[in-house]
Amino acid sequence: MKEQLVVIGNGMAGMRTVEELLKLAPEKYDITVFGAESYGNYNRILLSPVLCGEKSINEIMLNDEQWYIDNSVTLFKGARVTDVDRNKCLVTADNGLTIKYDRLLISTGSDPFIIPIPGHDLPGVIGFRDIKDVDTMIEVSKTKKKAVVIGGGLLGLEAANGLIKQGMDVTVVHLMDWLMERQMDDVSGEMLKHSLEEQGMTFRMKASTTEIQGDGKVEKVVFADGSEESADLVVMAVGIRPNIQLAKKIGLHCERGIVVNDTLQTYDPKIYAIGECIEHRGLTYGLVAPLFEMAKVCANHLAEFGIGIYTGSITSTKLKVTGIDLFSAGDFMGDETTEDIVVRDASRGVYKKIVIKNEKILGAVLYGDTIDGAWYFQLMREATNITDIRDALMFGQGHLGDSGHGGNVAASMDDETEICGCNGVKKCDVVNAITEQGLFTLDEVRAHTKASSSCGSCTGLVEQLLEATLGGDYAAPEAKPMCACTDHTHDHVREQIRTQKLMSISDVYEKLNWSTDDGCASCRMAVNYYLISTWPKEAFDDPQSRFINERAHANIQKDGTYSVIPRMWGGMTTPKELRAIANVAEKFNLDTVHVTGGQRIGLYGLKKEELPLIWKDLNAEGLVSGHAYGKALRTVKTCVGKEWCRFGTQDSTAIGIKLEQLSWGSWMPHKFKMASSGCPRNCAEATIKDFGVVCVDSGYELHIGGNGGIKVRATDLLTRVDTEEEVLEYAAAFCQIYREEARYLERTAPWIERVGFTYVKESIVDNAEQRKALAERFKYSQEITKSQEDPWAARATGGVEQHEFVPLKVIG
Amino acid sequence: MANWIEVGLVEDIPVLGARVVKNGANEIAIFRNKSDEIFAVNDSCPHKQGKLSQGIVHDKSVTCPLHNWKIDLTTGEAMGPDEGCTGHYATKIESGKILLEIK
Repeated sequence: MKEQLVVIGNGMAGMRTVEELLKLAPEKYDITVFGAESYGNYNRILLSPVLCGEKSINEIMLNDEQWYIDNSVTLFKGARVTDVDRNKCLVTADNGLTIKYDRLLISTGSDPFIIPIPGHDLPGVIGFRDIKDVDTMIEVSKTKKKAVVIGGGLLGLEAANGLIKQGMDVTVVHLMDWLMERQMDDVSGEMLKHSLEEQGMTFRMKASTTEIQGDGKVEKVVFADGSEESADLVVMAVGIRPNIQLAKKIGLHCERGIVVNDTLQTYDPKIYAIGECIEHRGLTYGLVAPLFEMAKVCANHLAEFGIGIYTGSITSTKLKVTGIDLFSAGDFMGDETTEDIVVRDASRGVYKKIVIKNEKILGAVLYGDTIDGAWYFQLMREATNITDIRDALMFGQGHLGDSGHGGNVAASMDDETEICGCNGVKKCDVVNAITEQGLFTLDEVRAHTKASSSCGSCTGLVEQLLEATLGGDYAAPEAKPMCACTDHTHDHVREQIRTQKLMSISDVYEKLNWSTDDGCASCRMAVNYYLISTWPKEAFDDPQSRFINERAHANIQKDGTYSVIPRMWGGMTTPKELRAIANVAEKFNLDTVHVTGGQRIGLYGLKKEELPLIWKDLNAEGLVSGHAYGKALRTVKTCVGKEWCRFGTQDSTAIGIKLEQLSWGSWMPHKFKMASSGCPRNCAEATIKDFGVVCVDSGYELHIGGNGGIKVRATDLLTRVDTEEEVLEYAAAFCQIYREEARYLERTAPWIERVGFTYVKESIVDNAEQRKALAERFKYSQEITKSQEDPWAARATGGVEQHEFVPLKVIG
Repeated sequence: MANWIEVGLVEDIPVLGARVVKNGANEIAIFRNKSDEIFAVNDSCPHKQGKLSQGIVHDKSVTCPLHNWKIDLTTGEAMGPDEGCTGHYATKIESGKILLEIK
């Protein structure tokens, strides 16, 4: 028999937990939900657009009644729980029901704080919290003219804005010196007030309300200085208070909210609590993003998986008022230990302030131009060292190292712009999916729209759209888990592999509590790579944990045939090699022969069964695998250098061949390209490669972190060296630090931007000992894994993996 | 009438791997999962006809190598928000031999 889970509160936090729980353990509980409101679960953060008339109630429903039926969740709406007997584990509601529970989840949310001044209970004094409040406001606005909103915070201003849209005259009363003082500094607060005044809002600042007067209903508001403001409607929006009446009544330990531990458990082990009603590590939360993080953890523990703790959230804020762009996050005021960078352009109505401490962003407030809010927030959450980008920081992400598409700021794109080039998903498709299907996370957007689910290069854009569409309610994970199978990050998994000496995929899954037995198409590849790069001698390289291209040592094409590209060392070839390629192309009827961008020749349209035969012919003339299919060294592009060219300063071709001989066959986090140019004219385009050499008269310039693909990035100049031996040592060291530290499927360019060029330079230029050690480890790994034994020969004539290439059986 | 054809041994297929059975012009992908269960579906993703036999096997599903659609091997149906079905075949194992039902 299933256990009984009773949920008190039918809001976003409670239902999110139920959804997460149904994903993890659909059969574990019979679930019963009590909701005091007479609706399904709706998106409370969209009440402002409903008040403005921009959305209907139906449009903001997250779980309609059919959802509860479909998922066998019993919902009692309009039913208030009046008592809980913790000894007998019974819940009693005012609809006369008494239900037994094995686990209880309290998600009673919060109530608007009503200042207990005389007259606060008069008809016409309301909060701004639920559909009922919105209905009241719309109803009053039909016949009455004058509204007073007490509270100039986020909620108050959204209410005031909505009431103006409904045709009322609105005065906002605020106790403090400037508006939204919890999210804005004085300068931006003043700019905000100015903009809102232009939209017709009036303000009483530093005003303390002492009384609300009226005969049977609201008529006026009286202030401490004796002045008055007439009013047909008063909205109290001075804050929210965790709704803990029931929790207190049944004796649960409460401070400002119901006190929970890092697993969202209350002092009664059978009772969990989540959302705005809780207090966690001394903090209460009033935004949606933290609720989702809590829900994930809480569901995990309700499902008795016992993994994951909630450690608190960093939140950001956006105001949902048309025509007003503001963003704030973190500590935006600063103190004597911090510094700020400020841009202020009054006539454009733009103000940006970033608070920095120890070269890391502590907080930001943006007004008028918030396009880079998501980016600053990301830098802040990830505690990125900003030394290398400090000079461009205020100008935004668009001014950073992207000379290619230029379109890396989603907010400034129009609706028809294609966000995901792989799957043809437009900006409006993503935004509509987020609002209409109630999506909150990157994974959900991927599942519903396919955006960001192929090459991943638009992931940043999709995250920006989530941020821009949901505002502070976007649950951007502070540290991204590897995939849905685990809560651990890439970096954590790799560290555990190293410190716990984990040597196999099943070890990793078992010791790190994976939620699946054999992972998924995302994590298994990554874990396999981390194992073989950490333990080159000990770990088993699992073919079933490699994508088909690496398993078959050829590239699968859209029709199921394959392509192969033999290696041409440093872009050099011979008549004999060309003849071998031509012979194979004719013998196997390969119509497409293509000269690649990496100075090689590709053969297309190969049948999988014939791959070993083709390789055998190519091997016979000395041609080996070019690893065009692998997360590995692809090519080393060269120019002919001083052997032929009148400008050439060094033998760039010979350097290229030596680099290729050094590094071919080594598995990397992602593909890796090199080039070597004989002079600064740079015909081999070395400054858009992962590792590039530009020969100069006095020696060799070494460049790293370039990319000519998805996002063009020119290299950073690592250093200058005098000899070929040094070039090779630096190349080996750079390959190895990239192999050991970049995340799986992270190219050198984003990796360097993440860890900072300075870090890489310190590691392999300034620290000669570390450079030599890295180069040694690279060579060790190359030798011990026998990575330079040609994988084609192993399969063509060495008898390896035969089953990969022949059908199991031919019938009929 | 059901027609059971022996196509090979369980151990001929790598754990978490797949092999292909050619049935005339039709190709059938035979999968083996971690629990040594055997599944058979048409070797063609309902999305863009990617060869599922070349995908990544996990649990009772395979992820297509072309665009990461996930296919339920017990039914041949696409999982998650994707929709579509590739044909599915019954299999059974008798003393280590795989039998495939061809109708």
